[in-house]
Amino acid sequence: MSLATLLVLADGRLPAGGHAHSGGLEAAVAAGRVRDVGDLGGFLRGRLHTTGLVSAAFAAGACARTGDFRDLDRGLDARTPSPALRRASRAQGRALLRAGRAMWSLPELGREPHHPVALGALAAAAGLGPREAAVAAAHGTVSGPAGAAVRLLGLDPYAVHALLARLAPEIDRIAADAAARTDDPVDDLPAAGAPLLDLGAELHATWEVRLFAS
Amino acid sequence: MRAEARIVAEADGRGGTRLRVLRGESPLLLRRTGPRAGGAVTVHLVGGAAGPLGGDDLRLDVEVGPAARLTVRSVAAQLALPGRAGAPPSRLEIRAAVAADATLRWLPEPLIAAAGCRHRAGTRVEVAAGGRLLWRDDLVCGRHDEPSGDVRADVTIRYAGSTLHRHELAVGPGAPGWSGAAVLGGGRAVGALVLAGPGWPEPALLGGDAALMPLAGPGLLASAVGRDIRQVRAALDPLCAAPGE
Amino acid sequence: MHPEPHEHGPDEAPHSHPDPGVDPHAPLPAAPRALRIGIGGPVGSGKTALVAALCRALGAELRLAVVTNDIYTTEDADFLLRNGVLPAERIRAVETGCCPHTAIRDDISANLDAVEDLEAALGPLELVLVESGGDNLTATFSKGLIDRQIFVVDVAGGDKVPRKGGPGVTTADLLVINKTDLAPLVGADLAVMDRDARARRGDLPTVFLSLVQDRAAAPVADWIRALVAARVPAP
Ligand SMILES: Nc1nc2c(ncn2[C@@H]2O[C@H](COP(=O)(O)OP(=O)(O)OP(=O)(O)O)[C@@H](O)[C@H]2O)c(=O)[nH]1
Ligand SMILES: [Mg+2]
Repeated sequence: MSLATLLVLADGRLPAGGHAHSGGLEAAVAAGRVRDVGDLGGFLRGRLHTTGLVSAAFAAGACARTGDFRDLDRGLDARTPSPALRRASRAQGRALLRAGRAMWSLPELGREPHHPVALGALAAAAGLGPREAAVAAAHGTVSGPAGAAVRLLGLDPYAVHALLARLAPEIDRIAADAAARTDDPVDDLPAAGAPLLDLGAELHATWEVRLFAS
Repeated sequence: MRAEARIVAEADGRGGTRLRVLRGESPLLLRRTGPRAGGAVTVHLVGGAAGPLGGDDLRLDVEVGPAARLTVRSVAAQLALPGRAGAPPSRLEIRAAVAADATLRWLPEPLIAAAGCRHRAGTRVEVAAGGRLLWRDDLVCGRHDEPSGDVRADVTIRYAGSTLHRHELAVGPGAPGWSGAAVLGGGRAVGALVLAGPGWPEPALLGGDAALMPLAGPGLLASAVGRDIRQVRAALDPLCAAPGE
Repeated sequence: MHPEPHEHGPDEAPHSHPDPGVDPHAPLPAAPRALRIGIGGPVGSGKTALVAALCRALGAELRLAVVTNDIYTTEDADFLLRNGVLPAERIRAVETGCCPHTAIRDDISANLDAVEDLEAALGPLELVLVESGGDNLTATFSKGLIDRQIFVVDVAGGDKVPRKGGPGVTTADLLVINKTDLAPLVGADLAVMDRDARARRGDLPTVFLSLVQDRAAAPVADWIRALVAARVPAP
């Protein structure tokens, strides 16, 4: 396993469309629920232990079980009740495939798989293992909205990165758990939901004016 | 305490529904209630004691046969309480099967996570193609002015052999970030209503933090978060009303 | 980089283009892939007005579509719809996450998806115009997204803009200096702008335009026609 390859895959500047998604933060800001660094910390922690946990498990699964993409993809559909979030996940999966194809040789994954499935497939194609796929997935679910918070709220970028540093050990634990469960049936994989992320995404999708795609 | 309960509803052959099995034990006591309106049967969980309590292990099986129609309600909220020191978490496992052309409406009162409780709720429902399911779960995080206990609720709804909806919700001190802006945003009540099968209303925003969303498969989820249970009820109750009730 | 005067064909005038980042002779894509032209420039300089003019001028002769990157996603698309220059199915709006230059330069995936979606929905296209969100003088398009780019500035920003340079002014394949009708009102000297643009751009073309007077943006439409004509036809 190449650590440098993991950095390439998890780089926030990877041209995979992430910069235009706020991970639900734009909706939370508009609802008045995230105003400062403290609120953002609570948002990121909840997102990591719900969406992050699920994404990590499915990225690890897609990395370990390269023949099961379709089942895993359907498993994410069943875990994503918000159609706006299903669209956002597939749009990011498609963008990630585009970037991945330029870097490694990828198997057939359909036009727009869910993002964690695409991420797991890229990790496998890059010679990485399930744990690395999971760590990239979990980290991505919080680094994206953290960057969006800096842009949307003008928060101090050092304070925001300090939040991410504090979450790092939790990201590692989540990734290790995800990697240990890659043989579980899809129904048994984590399904932790975050009701306000679903509801916020549905509201956000109806706005006439928005800065982020989700 | 361990307890098991079982309901088997089947079509009576005259357009109505009869209960072939209705068996419970404290604290899972069951009563048939109400008139035989519209061919459907209603059963209430009447409860035996406050609970579940830490260490309780409860299981309920529900089976609705072809063309039968069953509604299950409860007379009072479940109050999850801590048990004696060192007791394992309380558990409530529910298994339900809904046959083709059958309808199950699961409409209990909320579960309240009292401070210090540790409760696990597991639900698995299999609906055959053509069956209809309306499954409601409301959760209140702590009694008035107390912090929430730990509750983990795990739901799997399958329809025509595929998983339609998979959802886990964890609240309380053991669930990192649960009251943050991504999960409940300080809300103390949350409700979910799964509508599986054909013939439900169109997706819609329901006002406030509530929406009726089309699932990827045949069904919808209504989800609501509120300061208190009244806000959740205001959003979800109208979707639970049935003709003839 | 071609700082020294040079020529490409016997009938061509010698010319130079000093910036290392630009090669106006880069090969154009072969049909059937649409020619993609980026339209960038500062906020309010007239990008959407130019897109509207080009749709009016070229809509009848070329199969075209538009991708907009306004920070407010629907503003530009709504303008084009309201003005009836392009039907809704020929316009896609892309969200840029507060970073208009990121979406056209560093991470072009959403724009590429939009172009592909348009081609999938409408069949083969000849021309796709990609309007960037209004940004600053350093915002340019990635060559992974577009084949040629137009940079639109206006005289209302003062006649110093070409002199300031920046990647937009120096490297755009076509520089449009718009709103010449306002030049007398703001005291902008067009001759100064022309001289400074030449100094920055070598012989890369610059056109002066007033979109309120020339509603079909004739010089820009002609420039695009020449590019389309120069493309390698489909095999
Ligand atoms: N007087 C004058 N006004 C113009 C001209 N071209 C555009 N405008 C006006 O300038 C304003 C801005 O034009 P837009 O086309 O919206 O500019 P834009 O570059 O697309 O702006 P953003 O997308 O917001 O960056 C509008 O009110 C136009 O009507 C022109 O040649 N002369
Ligand atoms: Mg514009």
